[in-house]
Amino acid sequence: MYAIEVEKLTKIYGKGETAVTAIADATFQVKPGELVAILGPSGSGKTTLLTSIGLINEPTHGKVVIDGANIADEGWIPGLDLKRIRREKLGFIFQAHNLIPFLTALENVMIALEINHLTKTEAKHRATELLISLNLGHRLNNYPTALSGGEAQRVAIARALANKPKVILADEPTAALDTENGKNVMALLKKLAVENHSAILVVTHDHRMVEGFDKIFEVRDGVIAQETKRDS
Amino acid sequence: MNLAIRDIRYHRGRFILTSIGLGLLLGVVMSMGGIYRGLFADALAVLDFAKADIWVVQQDTNGPFAETSRIPEDIKYRIRAVPGVAEASPLSFQTIQIERQGKPFRFFLIGYDLNGFGGPPGIIAGRGIRQKHYEIVVAKAMRMEIGEKIHLGLHDYTVVGITGKVVSSGGDPAAYVSLADAQDIQFKKDNYAIRNDRERIGANLAAIQSLSPAQAKYLQQNIAGITESTHTVNTVVARLAPGADLKEVQERISRWNHFRPISVEEQTKILTKGMIEKARMQLGLFRIILLVISAVIISLIIYTSTIDKIRVIATLKLIGSQNRVIVGMILQQSLLMGAIAYGIGYVLILLTYEKFPRRIVLEPFDLQALFAIVMAICMISSFVGIRKALKVEPAEALGG
Ligand SMILES: Nc1ncnc2c1ncn2[C@@H]1O[C@H](COP(=O)(O)OP(=O)(O)O)[C@@H](O)[C@H]1O
Ligand SMILES: [Mg+2]
Repeated sequence: MYAIEVEKLTKIYGKGETAVTAIADATFQVKPGELVAILGPSGSGKTTLLTSIGLINEPTHGKVVIDGANIADEGWIPGLDLKRIRREKLGFIFQAHNLIPFLTALENVMIALEINHLTKTEAKHRATELLISLNLGHRLNNYPTALSGGEAQRVAIARALANKPKVILADEPTAALDTENGKNVMALLKKLAVENHSAILVVTHDHRMVEGFDKIFEVRDGVIAQETKRDS
Repeated sequence: MNLAIRDIRYHRGRFILTSIGLGLLLGVVMSMGGIYRGLFADALAVLDFAKADIWVVQQDTNGPFAETSRIPEDIKYRIRAVPGVAEASPLSFQTIQIERQGKPFRFFLIGYDLNGFGGPPGIIAGRGIRQKHYEIVVAKAMRMEIGEKIHLGLHDYTVVGITGKVVSSGGDPAAYVSLADAQDIQFKKDNYAIRNDRERIGANLAAIQSLSPAQAKYLQQNIAGITESTHTVNTVVARLAPGADLKEVQERISRWNHFRPISVEEQTKILTKGMIEKARMQLGLFRIILLVISAVIISLIIYTSTIDKIRVIATLKLIGSQNRVIVGMILQQSLLMGAIAYGIGYVLILLTYEKFPRRIVLEPFDLQALFAIVMAICMISSFVGIRKALKVEPAEALGG
């Protein structure tokens, strides 16, 4: 079974004269434990692809299946609890870390667990464990402004991982980092894909960052080219 | 995890400042309520102290507080004779403003019959009036000392006692002298004026040819006696005998004596409805305006703080937060701000209300009602913010 199945996914913004086809007829699959990159220049439709899979933007046409559950078929399947699927099956990592500024590192991870009905004690326990495993044991009680870019992004990764999602969607997670920190983050994602057996779909415009990925799809003007295998 | 408290903790400087600002506003709202209650209490205190059932005043007047009432002192005997009346005692009232230590000094002077009732309700220092003349008991608020002298009318009066918080319906502190002294202060002419009057009356009578000199002299003495008489009072207060019917007694007094007998209940109505109604409406209006201002301020604060948090809200939605988490955050913050501001206002009033120039009466009911209103305002005010928050799309969390 695939973690992500996308078939003829099309997303059109707007209507009539001003309509923009941001993604056209995308078809691909990602297996659990696979680390997959979508590589393309700015404006090529990468974010749109991610949000269409991630139950944030409604796909205009085509099918999306996440962890065996039909999500979209010519638009969202009626009656889905989008928020619930997002918090149970998906983890998100953003370009800007999107940590909540008034919560400490620990609380930022805990909130993801608490909205998924863990008790405060359980949430605290699991969040602490996660942050320690990501080498942030000394940063638990720091606010995001006190963290370095790399540290903040690792906290965001911890938050995305908190509910052990089947699928992690990352939108340019290294864009705000220097090359070295960027590579560290990608290496970490690689390790997590294997360890947690999650499917990780990473969007980036930086081809230097996709070393060691299992699959790389290049996207240009909304069209996904054939899978490119790269020599590492 | 409580997001509202976490946010407040992080932005505590801003939160505390806004709460203090709102607290000051609510403090003013509370003080206005207190002033209103104070007006009421003051107006009624002047009624209360005499512990009378009926206030007999000049016919066709709403005296002695709302209108001038002048009646002869000796009708007290006739009132006492009315069946159902246990005791009756004359009282005189006048507002006095003199200069003291270079400042205007206003008080309400009550003259009472030393053998009757209606004197100072409680002496907290010194003693009551014992001598028929030149002794005065003053209210604590007048800040005079025992033994101090004060010049009123033609004489000096010595402070012999201090009484508690009796005030006039206008809020001036009250002082007590014997009825005779009060009448002197109010009506007695100085010697020059008396001589003048006597000469004028004499000259007028002398011009009447038909009067013999003996008749003229006799008339002059009589007329002068009447004009120099000070035996006028503003009211005679009466207490009912046990079992007497108020209505019946009132009727007897008005039928037999041609005076207006006002019951305490009617007097209360005259004082509250007539005299302080305008002040009440004005204070009420101010309170409403201030509450509306508070509501606008709270809405604005909550709205801007929601706008500041659009990205946070979008992120929360994106990671799958339920709406109640987001609504709860905004609503709780609003309520918390209201509660803290209320607390600040309350403490402020509690610390200062005794220093206000007018009496402030803090009624628990008023305070509780205000708390409920403030909470309701906070709830309603946060709706604008909540509406905005619910419209935020999770996609807004993405991008630079
Ligand atoms: N909400 C939107 N409304 C209209 N057009 C959009 C919207 N979001 C993105 N687009 C357009 O879709 C195209 C792809 O955008 P995007 O998915 O953000 O690309 P990328 O993430 O690769 O930079 C762009 O032409 C962009 O202008
Ligand atoms: Mg993008």
